[in-house]
Amino acid sequence: MKARIVISALAVTAALAVAACGSSSPSKSSSSSGGATAPGVTATSITFGTHQPVTGPAAPGYSEIAPASQAYFDYVNAHGGVYGRKIHLIIKNDMYDPTLTVNVVHQLVLQDNVFGIFEGLGTPTHTKVVGFLNSSKIPDMFVASGCPCWDNGSTQPYTFGWQPNYTIEGKILGQYIKQHFAGQKVGVLYQDDDFGQGGLAGIQAEVPSSMIVSKQPYQSGTTSLATQITALKSSGAKVLVMFTVPIYTAIARLTAFTLGYSPQLVVSNVGIDPHTVGDLLATVSKGKAKGDALIDGAITDGYLPSFSDTSSPWIQLFMKIDKQYDHNAPFDGNVEYGMANGYTLVQALVAAGKHLTRQDLVNVVDNDGGSWKGPGLVPFRYTKTEHGGYSGVQMAKVVGTKIVPFGSILMTQPTAGTAITTYSGGQPTPPASGIPSN
Amino acid sequence: MSAATPPQTDPPAPQGPRAPGRAVGGVLGVARDTTILRSLAIVVLAGVVLYIVSESLSPYRNLQLANGAYLFAALAGLTMLIGLSGQVSLGHGAFLAAGAYTVSLLVSKEGWALAPSLVAAVAVCCVIGLPVGLAASRLRGPYLAGATLAFAVGLPALADKFPNLFGGENGLTINPPVVPSWLGTNFSLEEWQAWIACLGALIVLLVLLNLYRSGLGRSLRAVRDDEIAASLCGLRVGRMKTLAFVVSAGCAGLGGGLYAAVLNLATPSAFSITLSLSLLTGVVVGGLGSLSGAIWGAALIVLLPNWTSDLAHSLSLSTNVSDNLPQAVYGIVLIVVILAYPGGIQGGVRAIVSLITRRRWST
Repeated sequence: MKARIVISALAVTAALAVAACGSSSPSKSSSSSGGATAPGVTATSITFGTHQPVTGPAAPGYSEIAPASQAYFDYVNAHGGVYGRKIHLIIKNDMYDPTLTVNVVHQLVLQDNVFGIFEGLGTPTHTKVVGFLNSSKIPDMFVASGCPCWDNGSTQPYTFGWQPNYTIEGKILGQYIKQHFAGQKVGVLYQDDDFGQGGLAGIQAEVPSSMIVSKQPYQSGTTSLATQITALKSSGAKVLVMFTVPIYTAIARLTAFTLGYSPQLVVSNVGIDPHTVGDLLATVSKGKAKGDALIDGAITDGYLPSFSDTSSPWIQLFMKIDKQYDHNAPFDGNVEYGMANGYTLVQALVAAGKHLTRQDLVNVVDNDGGSWKGPGLVPFRYTKTEHGGYSGVQMAKVVGTKIVPFGSILMTQPTAGTAITTYSGGQPTPPASGIPSN
Repeated sequence: MSAATPPQTDPPAPQGPRAPGRAVGGVLGVARDTTILRSLAIVVLAGVVLYIVSESLSPYRNLQLANGAYLFAALAGLTMLIGLSGQVSLGHGAFLAAGAYTVSLLVSKEGWALAPSLVAAVAVCCVIGLPVGLAASRLRGPYLAGATLAFAVGLPALADKFPNLFGGENGLTINPPVVPSWLGTNFSLEEWQAWIACLGALIVLLVLLNLYRSGLGRSLRAVRDDEIAASLCGLRVGRMKTLAFVVSAGCAGLGGGLYAAVLNLATPSAFSITLSLSLLTGVVVGGLGSLSGAIWGAALIVLLPNWTSDLAHSLSLSTNVSDNLPQAVYGIVLIVVILAYPGGIQGGVRAIVSLITRRRWST
C-alpha cells in the first residue's frame, strides 16, 4: 500500500513536471510586441513554413525550389521587406513521405507558430495535411503541386494552388496530341495518385479513347518500371505521355532505351527539367547514358518564360538574384519556379496591407488574385470558389539542355468539355526594383 | 473476472478518535480487493491526471499526448501478450494498420461517426487476430516471431494490391474530428484529439487491469511459465493463448483507429516493419509485462525522434545521418536496456521504490 502511494505521488509529480515543461516551451508568436496581429507575424518579420523533399525519391530537382524562394525573399528583405517586415521561410524535410509531412507540418504550425504554409511540395504529401490546415484556419499558400484537389475554394478556403492544374495541362497536351499525332497509338505512364490521375483525366478529356491503347500506373517509391514499359512497348504506343516526377522520367526513359523502345515523349512540366533529368539519367545508368540525348525532342509545356531564354527580363532578374542570394546555383526550371512562386507570395503580402491577419491574406487572394500580373504567361484563376492557380500553358519542346516554347499561349478550365482558348494578353515586364508593388 | 471474497466477519464498527481513518482504511481495503473497483479507481485517477495535464499543455504537446495515448493502447496489448502470455509478436504494426484503415474507410467513405468506427476497428482486428492467434498458438519462440514478422510485412502490402479500396501508396485521409461546440470556440483541435485518444487508452487500461487480476490472467501466467504443467491442470492452453492474442489484437486495433483520428491518415509507409520493431522496443524498454511499462514505452517512442532530431541539429549532422538516427538510437537503447536493465524503466522504478520503502521500514 505504501509503495502504491509513493508511485501515485511520483506519477502526479511527473504529470505536473510534464505540464510545466509544456507551458514553458517558448512561444515564438510575440504577442506583446507591436504590429503582431496573428501568430508568426510581428512588426518586423513574417514567418512561413514549408515541407519539402530535401532527401528521398523526389529530391532530385525539387530540393532546389525552396532555397530559390528563400533567395527571392532574401532579395526582398535586403530592400526593406514588405511594409518593413522581413520574410522568413522555415524549410522542413518530409522526404516525400506523407507520414513525415503530417509530422513536420504539425511542428511548423504548433511548435514554430508560422503565419502560414507556403509552397508545400507534393501531391501525395500535401493531401495529408490539407484537412488539418483548413480546420485550423492556417493559410496554405501556393501549393507546389498541380493537383486538381487544391482547386476548391468552397470546401478548402485556406488552400491555394499556383501552378497549372494537372487536368488543365493534360487537356492542352491532349489537344496537341489529337492535332499532331492523329490516328497514332498513345500510351500513358502515370504516378498512381492524384498527380498522375489528374493528368490522365485531362488527357482522356481531349484524346479520343480509341487512340489510348495503354495506361500504366506506378506507385511512388517503386524501384523499377520494367513491367509498365514492357506493357507499353507491346501495346505499340508510338506516343508516350508521362505524368512522372523526374526520377521516374529518367527510369522510364532508360528502361525504354534498354528495351529498344523509342516513342515520342510528351511529359508533364513537373517531370522534364532537362538539367535534372539529364543528371538523373547519367546517375541511374551509371554514367553510360549521355543524359540529355535521351530526352531531346520530348514535348512538354510551360507557364513561365523558359529558364533558358536569357533575353527575357524576368529570367535576367531571377538569374541576378540567383547569383547573389542562392549561391549561384545552376539556374534551371526548378530555381525559376521557386523564385516565381516567391514573387506571387510577395504580391499577395503587398496587396494584403500593413495590418495583416491570416484571414486578410486569404481574402486578398480570393478578391484580387485573378488580376495579378507577374512572370506567368497566363492569368491566375483565383476567385472565392476557384483556387487553382495559373489557367493554362504554352507548348514547348526539349532541345538539348533547353526548353523552347512554340505556338500560342492556351487557357482552359479543368472541367471536361470546356473549350481551350488562346490568351493574347501579353506578359508584363518586371518592376524595376524586382519587387511587386501591385 | 473474479470477485474477491469479502472478509469473513464484518469488522467491528470503528470507534474512537481514529475511527474515520479506520473506516477509510476499510473501504480502501475492499476497493483494493475487488478487482473491478480497483481498476475503476485507477482509471478514474489516471483520467483526472490526464485532464489536468492536457489543460495545461500547448497544442503541440497535446498532440504528442494524443500520440502517446494511441501508442499506449497498442503497447499495453503487446506487453500483455509478451509478458503475460509469453507469446512474442513482431507483427503488431499490422493490427495498427488494420485499425487505422478501418476507421479511415468507415469515416471518409461510409460517413460513419468516429465512435462506432473505433468499435468497428476493434472488431475487425479481433476477427483478423483470431486466425493469426490460432496459428501463433502452435508456434513458439523464433518461429512465432518469424510468422508474426511475415504478417507485419504482408498486411500493409494489401493496400497496394487493392489500390481502389485502400488508396495504394497514396493512402487514405480523413478529416480531423470536429471539436464539439459546447467546448467553446477556443478549444484547440489538438486537445480534443488528445481527449479522444486518452479516452481510448483509459478503456484499454481498464480492460487490461481487470485481465491481469482475473482468472484468465492467472491462467495465462501458468501457460507462460509451463505449458505442460498448465495443461495437466486442465487449462485449455491453445484457447488461452489464442484469446490473449485476440485481446491484444483488439487493443492494437483501437490504437490504430485512434492513430487515424489523431493523424488523419492511413498509408502503407506509416505501418512499416520499423513501426512493429519500435513497438517491441517500447515494450521491452518500458518494462516487459507491466502496464506502467507500456506508459514509459509510449513516452519513449513519442519523445525519442524529437530528441534525436534536436541532437542531430545541435551536432549539425548531415541529413543522411540525421534521417536515420532515430532507428539507430532505438537499436542502441534496446541493446543497452536488455544488457543492463532487463526489467526496463519500470523495473528500475520498482527497484528505486523498494529501496526507499525498505529504508523507511528499517529506520
